[in-house]
Amino acid sequence: MPVQVKRLLIAFAVFIALFLVARHFLRPATFGEYGHYRGAALKENEDRPIKYVNMNETCITCHDSIAAVRDSSVHKSINCQTCHGPGYKHVDDPQKTNIVKEHAREFCGRCHSKNPARAKVIKQIDMNEHNKEDECISCHNSHNPVLW
Amino acid sequence: MEFQSLYEAMSKMDGYCYPNEIELNWSVLIVLYPYITGLVAGAFILASLNRVFNIKALKPTYELSLLTAFSFMLVATMPLIFHLGKPFRFYEIMTTPHLTSAMAIFGFVYLWYLMVVLLLEIWFDYRYDMTIWSKENPGFKSIIYKILTLGIKDVSNKSRITDNKLGYFITVVGIPSAFILHGYVGFIFGSVKANPWWSTVMMPVIFLFSAMVSGIALVMFIYMAVSIIRKQKLDMICLDAIGKYLFYILLIDFVLEGLDQIHRIYVAEESFDILNLLVHGKLFFTFFIMQGLIGTLIPLLTLGTFQFLKPKENIRKFVYFILSLCVLVGIFFMRWNVVIGGQLFSKSFYGFTDFKLDMIGKEGFLGGMIWLVVPLIILTILLWLLPPWKKAPHIEHE
Ligand code: HEC
Ligand code: HEC
Ligand code: HEC
Ligand code: HEC
Repeated sequence: MPVQVKRLLIAFAVFIALFLVARHFLRPATFGEYGHYRGAALKENEDRPIKYVNMNETCITCHDSIAAVRDSSVHKSINCQTCHGPGYKHVDDPQKTNIVKEHAREFCGRCHSKNPARAKVIKQIDMNEHNKEDECISCHNSHNPVLW
Repeated sequence: MEFQSLYEAMSKMDGYCYPNEIELNWSVLIVLYPYITGLVAGAFILASLNRVFNIKALKPTYELSLLTAFSFMLVATMPLIFHLGKPFRFYEIMTTPHLTSAMAIFGFVYLWYLMVVLLLEIWFDYRYDMTIWSKENPGFKSIIYKILTLGIKDVSNKSRITDNKLGYFITVVGIPSAFILHGYVGFIFGSVKANPWWSTVMMPVIFLFSAMVSGIALVMFIYMAVSIIRKQKLDMICLDAIGKYLFYILLIDFVLEGLDQIHRIYVAEESFDILNLLVHGKLFFTFFIMQGLIGTLIPLLTLGTFQFLKPKENIRKFVYFILSLCVLVGIFFMRWNVVIGGQLFSKSFYGFTDFKLDMIGKEGFLGGMIWLVVPLIILTILLWLLPPWKKAPHIEHE
């Protein structure tokens, strides 16, 4: 065998060996456990904190009066956290201001502003026309909006 | 780029687009990827033709084409990597390969071509000279040569003959490899079933021939540029020979692409109307003017004329210089038309979106230009390290 071939074979062997070593370290430990992905990713996702808590077990037990208002209103199908955002921090420490309390007109407009593509079951108003001087909640009670 | 509002997004559209089509996912970096890979394959094939068919006229460009191919090959994946959202995970394509993904396999096609074909061919070609140079040059350069020769000190005639034979063998392996390398790039586009502008079995073939065209033009340009910089006389026989090959391959390329379009027009599938609007509208300038006129017709007619009547040397030199640039620009826009064009129309066939190239940013004009300049810098370094003009004359043997 000519010396060139010998040296090249060695060089390539070294290269392949380096590649395999690198692969060993770069390949995540749990890769391929279940499929073509990192097995540990499942556990990592599972372990993430649940941000939206169970409304019936939490909000309603403390805010029973508000819950009662909401339950008898047109907004009864809407979860507290749809308007107030995820409640996991608040549930742990309710005394702090750690939950969203929206006032802006745009907030109600998220569901009620006029949009031809929106389902007609949700009543729509023209945001630029409907009592445009005031916040919605100055007339409508957010937990029972037909009361004002 | 992110839109502030739906209205802003819609201002880019004509007609109907699916929401995920408004913004182009593949921008100039993905145009550069097939372009640069094509330059590599093309320059290499020119070198191989020279070696396998022993075309004497092309000799002055042999090493230059190899080194050009090599320096562009080193950056061929950079546009892709920089396009990634997480560039630092690029190696995962190699460490956890997905064998059913066309793009994932490209990593291995690339590595094969880089390591086994290009590197080895250059190595065999320079092995003897590097051994000599390691003795002639003092200090640092000598060490580099010693490492590059893998410590081989043999300068006998016998060893040169071995180099030649093995190099020849690699060249023979290299030609199909180069075809695979760039055919593969074409395949990546051609295999996208949902996109009628890409999905054609001709794609790998067209990509291959346009690659050869651009590679030959690049070598022509670099040969002239290097000779001018080194104040060397241009070898007109060589230039005319490159011009001849450029002409023939460009002709084949033109005919193949023409056939593909004629096929499209004649079959006139349901996608035809939108594609027709596409090439006459949003792609008019890049398709008809840049790719068609500047990149194909003008070079084709001029080079064709040169095959019958040759003007004076000085005029030919000048024209070759301009034409090589025209062809390079033309093939760039060919890639552009494929990559960008394929994303401009809605797969609903009812509308278009728009694309504007930014100036700055990694996906911008300047960000893209970097990947065309870096190979030239690498080439400069390679030419300093492995100057073809200082090589020992070839030995004849059988
Ligand atoms: C452990 C009892 C408790 C639970 C469970 C609870 N809260 Fe509260 N919440 C409170 C207390 C106490 C306050 C503070 C009242 C105050 O400041 O007047 C409060 C205040 C609020 C406020 C007003 C915050 C502000 O900035 O004024 C909102 C909105 C609210 N809660 C929503 C919720 C929602 C939604 C849930 C369910 C995810 C929930 N709460 C669950 C006890 C609770
Ligand atoms: C349609 C959206 C919406 C829903 C659903 C909703 N809220 Fe509210 N909530 C609001 C708005 C808006 C305010 C602020 C009203 C204000 O400041 O007058 C508010 C205020 C509150 C407050 C503070 C009252 C205060 O006087 O400061 C509490 C507590 C509260 N909500 C609890 C709840 C609970 C518990 C539920 C679920 C049973 C719920 N909300 C459901 C919109 C909503
Ligand atoms: C998450 C979406 C949502 C948000 C946010 C929301 N609403 Fe509603 N709203 C509804 C739905 C659903 C109904 C019940 C369907 C209906 O009757 O239109 C309703 C009903 C109403 C109605 C009764 C319409 C009628 O005459 O039947 C009023 C008034 C109203 N909302 C006002 C408000 C105001 C004020 C706010 C802001 C504090 C608000 N809504 C925020 C979804 C929403
Ligand atoms: C000045 C007091 C006032 C303000 C502020 C106000 N509304 Fe009303 N809204 C009313 C009254 C009164 C009605 C019932 C009469 C009507 O239909 O106009 C009503 C009706 C509605 C209805 C039912 C429309 C229907 O078709 O039946 C919706 C939904 C509503 N408002 C949403 C809002 C929202 C969202 C805002 C804030 C952007 C808002 N309102 C602000 C007084 C107000």
